[in-house]
Amino acid sequence: MQKYANPTRFMTFSGAVLPWLTAAAALLLAVGLYLAFFVAPPDYQQGQTVKIMFIHVPSAWLAMLGYTVIAVSAFTSLVWRHPLADVSAKAAAPIGAAFTLLALVTGMLWGKPMWGTYWVWDARLTSVLVLFLLYLGLIAIWQAIEEPSRAGRAAAILALVGFVNVPIIKFSVDWWNTLHQPASVARLGGPAIHPTILMPLLVMAVALTCLFFVLHMTAMRTEILKRRISALRLRQVTDAAGA
Amino acid sequence: MPDLGPHASFIWLAYGAAVVVLAGLVAWLRADLRAQQALLTELESSLTRGRSAKPRSGRRKPTGKRTKDRKP
Repeated sequence: MQKYANPTRFMTFSGAVLPWLTAAAALLLAVGLYLAFFVAPPDYQQGQTVKIMFIHVPSAWLAMLGYTVIAVSAFTSLVWRHPLADVSAKAAAPIGAAFTLLALVTGMLWGKPMWGTYWVWDARLTSVLVLFLLYLGLIAIWQAIEEPSRAGRAAAILALVGFVNVPIIKFSVDWWNTLHQPASVARLGGPAIHPTILMPLLVMAVALTCLFFVLHMTAMRTEILKRRISALRLRQVTDAAGA
Repeated sequence: MPDLGPHASFIWLAYGAAVVVLAGLVAWLRADLRAQQALLTELESSLTRGRSAKPRSGRRKPTGKRTKDRKP
């Protein structure tokens, strides 16, 4: 696997895949927004505020997916010292943080008209806030430690320790009494949502997942270039010292 | 556009926040990628210029290949 996932091959692969994935994300986003605003009926309880769910739910899923990508990359980096693993972990952090922020903000904007409050310190909301803080911690580590290998190791340890929060987020609504409703899509008995609302939700989820990977690949390409620049600068200094 | 009911402002604010966050992220990542690409191109060309300038100044330590090239 290492043979096929080196930075040079990744640049070639991502260069070929990115235009198609970007087009798929744009197309699916357009279809998803059309279904959300012009096809999906108002919910019998939430009314039109169900439209916030088409952004909120995929953002929350991607917040957890982003952290899972970081944790898998961190594990790969610590165990196999894979050259792309650190790059992947570093690139995913700001994107995951953005989706987590979006999940929190859209959740608050849904909560005010539905619950009567923007925020409650219940298990689901608090654990997602902890996830956001973990993202910020990872970004801070990458910014604070200059040497990429040392920063990568420190961030990988925090990422793996923090990964315990992901199942807590997922099962918080089952383990504790929370104001947040229980799982209604990914559950054993099948989705508890009417297809007219489920379809736009799934299309938006796929669209935003495509966007997530477009952004992740773009950030990885940027990080690889940054590392090449650092290597070239080092060579420039070595050349100048040797001259 | 359907009537969004009494909570329309919350719906628009949520979609507005999504546009701001995601468009901001896209713009930042694209700008960063372009900046790094420009920097890398500049650095590579300056290194190439530096290498082609060195043999003429005679400062470069001779490598096997260079030594061979200099033979009459």
